[in-house]
Amino acid sequence: MSHNVGVVVFPGSNCEKDAMEALADLGARPHLLWHADNALQGVDAVVIPGGFAHGDYLRPGAIARFSPAMEAIIDFANDGGPVLGICNGFQVLTEAGLLPGALQKNAGLKFLCKEVEIRVETTNSVLTNMAHEGQILRIPINHFEGNFTCTEETLIELQEKEQIILTYTENPNGSIANIAGICNAGRNVVGLMPHPERACHSLLGSIDGRVLLESFIQGEHAKV
Amino acid sequence: MVYDACVEVKLREGIADPQGSTIEKATANLGFSGITNVRVGKCIRFQIEAEDDQEANNIVTELCNSFLTNPVIEEAVIEIQVAG
Repeated sequence: MSHNVGVVVFPGSNCEKDAMEALADLGARPHLLWHADNALQGVDAVVIPGGFAHGDYLRPGAIARFSPAMEAIIDFANDGGPVLGICNGFQVLTEAGLLPGALQKNAGLKFLCKEVEIRVETTNSVLTNMAHEGQILRIPINHFEGNFTCTEETLIELQEKEQIILTYTENPNGSIANIAGICNAGRNVVGLMPHPERACHSLLGSIDGRVLLESFIQGEHAKV
Repeated sequence: MVYDACVEVKLREGIADPQGSTIEKATANLGFSGITNVRVGKCIRFQIEAEDDQEANNIVTELCNSFLTNPVIEEAVIEIQVAG
């Protein structure tokens, strides 16, 4: 198991405690990493939580990608380390070039805050390896810029290499190919707009996020 | 030399523009007919010190590529003139 999970905090992050709570509940030892520190303190996995890093000024993630912690995270990811970006974290990962594509304003220009259904498209990623293909999960979304977009060539590549790991059963935001989450070619960096950490306890209305976070901290890649 | 720079950041052609299409619909609803192809971008203005036009242009181009635009969906139109 990836016992030590670093949860990165930028000025404006606001989901780090939810992530910590959910990860601890699943048996991991999460701790916060400040964005200005260029050291990951020996963590086994990294989560970039939701929020509005640096106020989302210019573009979501545009300033966050230059934070010192990101240099360390890019090295960590390139060495195969598991990295998960949730919502704003997904935006940061695309801006940093760790994931392809970009996240645009929702079609319809509404801030969306509701539970949606997502489908597991492949179990070959650090986020989905304990789920099963075709599994439907009920998980909340909470975003204004979650409309995934990319060039046609990138989309073909994502499809051919099965890097689209999660799709919406009913597209809420205009995302190309109903994409809710993708992984990189190495399958160790994942980003998704829905918030699995908010669906980890029956009191919150769904426990469907657990299988994703369990995959992330307990999956095959974490058994070292 | 000090230059005034204006960078227009706009969505690349072919990238859907939810703000543009919402504004376009509103123009018709408000009775303005014949308005099409509405695209929304942003303008970033600043001053820059450089030896000459060429250097100013090079720096601003680099700034756009690395920070002011996301080349996946956006492109920049750069205007530079001696500050006055």
